[in-house]
Amino acid sequence: MPTLAPPGPAVSRPPRKTSLQSDSTLGLLAKIVLLGLVDAFAVYVMITLFLQEKWLILAVAAAVTVLINWIYLRRGGLPAKYLAPGIFFLVVFQVFVMLYSGYVAFTNYGDGHNSTKADAVNAIQLSAQQRVPDSPAYRVTILERDGVFHLLATEPDGTVSVGTTGEPLEQAEDAVTDGTGKATELEGYRTLQFGEVLANQADILAITVPFSDDPEDGSLKTGDGSSAYVYRPSLSYDEDTSTFTDLETGTTYSDTGEGSFRSDDGEQLSTGWKINVGFENFTKAFSDQNIRGPLLQVMVWTFTFAIVSVLSTFALGLFLANAFNLPDLRGKRIYRILMILPYAFPAFLAGLVWSGLLNPEFGFINNTFFGGADIPWLTDPVLAKVSVLVVNLWLGFPYMFLVCTGALQSLPEEVNEAARMDGASAWRTFTAIKLPLLLVSVAPLLIASFAFNFNNFNVIYMLTDGGPRFDNTTANIGHTDILITMVYEIAFGTGVGRDYGLASALSIIIFIIVAVISAISFRQTKALEDING
Amino acid sequence: MKVRSTQPTRRHALITGVMSVAVLALTACGGGSSDSAATSSTSAAADLAEGGSTTLTMWVDAERAPALEEIAASFKEDTGIEVKLAVKDFAAVRDDFITQVPTGKGPDLIVGPHDWLGTFVQNGVVAPVELGDKAADFQESAVQAMTYDGSVYGVPYALENIALLRNTDLVPEAADTFDDVIANGEAAVASGDAVYPFLVGMDPKQGDPYHLYPLQTSMGVPVFGQNEDGSYNADELLLGEPGGVEFAKKLVEWGDTGSKIINSNITGDIAKEKFNAGESPYFLTGPWNVPDAQAAGLNIAVDKLPTVGDGEAQPFIGVNGFFISAQSANALAANEFAVNYLSTEAAQDAMYDVGGRPPALKASFDKAASDPIVAAFGEIGANGVPMPALPEMQAVWADWGATELALIKGSGDPEAAWTTMVGNIEAKIAGQ
Repeated sequence: MPTLAPPGPAVSRPPRKTSLQSDSTLGLLAKIVLLGLVDAFAVYVMITLFLQEKWLILAVAAAVTVLINWIYLRRGGLPAKYLAPGIFFLVVFQVFVMLYSGYVAFTNYGDGHNSTKADAVNAIQLSAQQRVPDSPAYRVTILERDGVFHLLATEPDGTVSVGTTGEPLEQAEDAVTDGTGKATELEGYRTLQFGEVLANQADILAITVPFSDDPEDGSLKTGDGSSAYVYRPSLSYDEDTSTFTDLETGTTYSDTGEGSFRSDDGEQLSTGWKINVGFENFTKAFSDQNIRGPLLQVMVWTFTFAIVSVLSTFALGLFLANAFNLPDLRGKRIYRILMILPYAFPAFLAGLVWSGLLNPEFGFINNTFFGGADIPWLTDPVLAKVSVLVVNLWLGFPYMFLVCTGALQSLPEEVNEAARMDGASAWRTFTAIKLPLLLVSVAPLLIASFAFNFNNFNVIYMLTDGGPRFDNTTANIGHTDILITMVYEIAFGTGVGRDYGLASALSIIIFIIVAVISAISFRQTKALEDING
Repeated sequence: MKVRSTQPTRRHALITGVMSVAVLALTACGGGSSDSAATSSTSAAADLAEGGSTTLTMWVDAERAPALEEIAASFKEDTGIEVKLAVKDFAAVRDDFITQVPTGKGPDLIVGPHDWLGTFVQNGVVAPVELGDKAADFQESAVQAMTYDGSVYGVPYALENIALLRNTDLVPEAADTFDDVIANGEAAVASGDAVYPFLVGMDPKQGDPYHLYPLQTSMGVPVFGQNEDGSYNADELLLGEPGGVEFAKKLVEWGDTGSKIINSNITGDIAKEKFNAGESPYFLTGPWNVPDAQAAGLNIAVDKLPTVGDGEAQPFIGVNGFFISAQSANALAANEFAVNYLSTEAAQDAMYDVGGRPPALKASFDKAASDPIVAAFGEIGANGVPMPALPEMQAVWADWGATELALIKGSGDPEAAWTTMVGNIEAKIAGQ
């Protein structure tokens, strides 16, 4: 390893320049190895994609691989080398997710509309196969002749018959039977071994042997290759008109363009499929009485929650950071570690633990601090809000403490000294000098924290689940619900099942709110920098 | 720590190298098609013609996994088909199954409680199974629970229901009615032997309509009406029966502002802790809390569920079973495993031995019933009703629980609260 740059204080800049120009052998080697690994992996992925015939994704993956190789193999273009991975992650984790949510918002994706129409038709047909009541159970052997699979079926009374798709069952009297009376071989046919049956399972499951010439009698099918039953579909599908007909009642279920099969009197088959619904989800967001009723209250509380959370955590974090920043404080490290502990706690777990601590009768808080008083921390509308804020303060202040400690330590000591020389009090030094300087670096983080708390699902969901409930809505929405938990309740908790389309539409609306607020705030921060700059 | 600007070349090479590995790894995931389950199965099937082996994938949750590991191993020995168990988080496994099956990335089989069935069928992700003559070997309620829209969709393996646990040292005699239970409990408290007359766990946010259901059914208020074949009818919500309001009034009477028989502050964990500490003669719970109670040295008896009204106290029965994906590439092997193998007495015995849940197969249950606790739970379960698997049930739980909890807390007028609840649930079911 060439040691042109001796380790030491950052004074020797020129020698390093040299090292930049002449690519070191080790560096080159590492580059070759890593890029080789990347490419090997890319090729593996592309082979898998090729086998699955996913052409579009294959093309994208190939393009990305070529692009990455081009970026790292060419000379120069240093910025691209740094930016490429970041941009890649951005595309995968942010842009893709956003575009996908955007797409889902315009569909009816959710329970009952889960996949394509073909899948839905398939599932309905599967379910419609009903065993003919009181029909016998057949024991079957799978036979093969000229590449076509046949079922050799033994009835409980010992009658043996054979048939395949399109060839009704006919008696096979000269079949060879085993000790239990089950027919296992037939002349002119080859009996399949279990391994072969497994290897051809799709074809074998597809065998539908008409029971007789009359299709009304049903047909023989096997599910496991060793037993078969007579099935008769209760619904028949007509591909041309894309309708299901109930064979018993004659009711027709047709595709009404709403992603399900519906009869004229409004009855619908249980499985539907995903379709595009245009702006329906967005319209619903503004017209649904369940959303409109409590919307104002929820909005006000969401803003209160986010703003108070940011301010309270910042105030406490800053105070503690200041206090533990005293140069001559002993055991600073230990205090700091203790301070950061809540930060290491997963928020959802903290929510559960706190909901136990706040139990009115058995909780630690009431028993220890309030002498066993029965204070309904989580069930009184006002106290529940206070509890949520306090728990969020407990969870959030370590982050602010860390951030402020870092920012305080980076402030030049001279400013402090100068202020002291001028005879400023500690409070004045803090408010007039430290805080404004601090805000320059911390303000963007406060905005980020606001955006985070605006959508702080975990704390609300785990601590109160939005409760106590409002009386003016049929949905499960309550006094501590913020917009995001309300979206969750509306999209997943009302109606029958989950509605991902509506959830995406509502999330997009929330995203727009947060984005607008953040953009305005960031502009304000710029002004802050100008003052100080 | 601040990073000093040293040696850009090597650092650069390293960072970019590592990054691009990660980038490519992400291409694989992000592209969303490294479809391991499906590829392994299709390629395995191709191998098989040359004497290879088939692999089934089954999703299980951590709690049910141990009972299945042995079975999977012995199935491989017997048939050469490997069953890969993928342990998933119970809270997420149902929804993952629903979203993954259509993409082809889902498993061949999934283990779960029967009340997932309605949503599975609604989303078209499960295939019916034909139990054939084996259906008669299972307990009737187990097969009934696995039946949806007239088809059987799962192979049942275990049944669960609640019962009334009694600490025989505190109350030696069983009681039939809930009033007697309360009287016995209060006598035990009065004599200073116990602290709580009766215990049942309440979720602090959702109450617990599941545990209180037998009391409710004894007053003639089931959730849904049942068709002739025992299946539930979503159009017939029976919570609004006249007995409902009576039950609501009883909840207030038993609740925090009343006799405190049911305490909204006692969660499932607290209830268990207090019962195991011998502080209450009664605990309304399921078999899952029995081992710990016995380990705590209590002498317990399993009593019939007490009645409040004239009807029968019917608990909900939860049936665990195996479901086959509608898009399994190995449907035949999956059927072989679920229908022909897991339904055998040996398999059900083995699953009981490890998992401890009473078997759904009659022959295995009879063996397990040599344990009086299992026998008692089974007897009570025979009287129960399957938990409704209808997707509409999801709309019921939240309102039902929240309303019961509010009543237990003593807030609101019972009649108005119960009527509002029924109205809300009806609105939710209709507003699909």
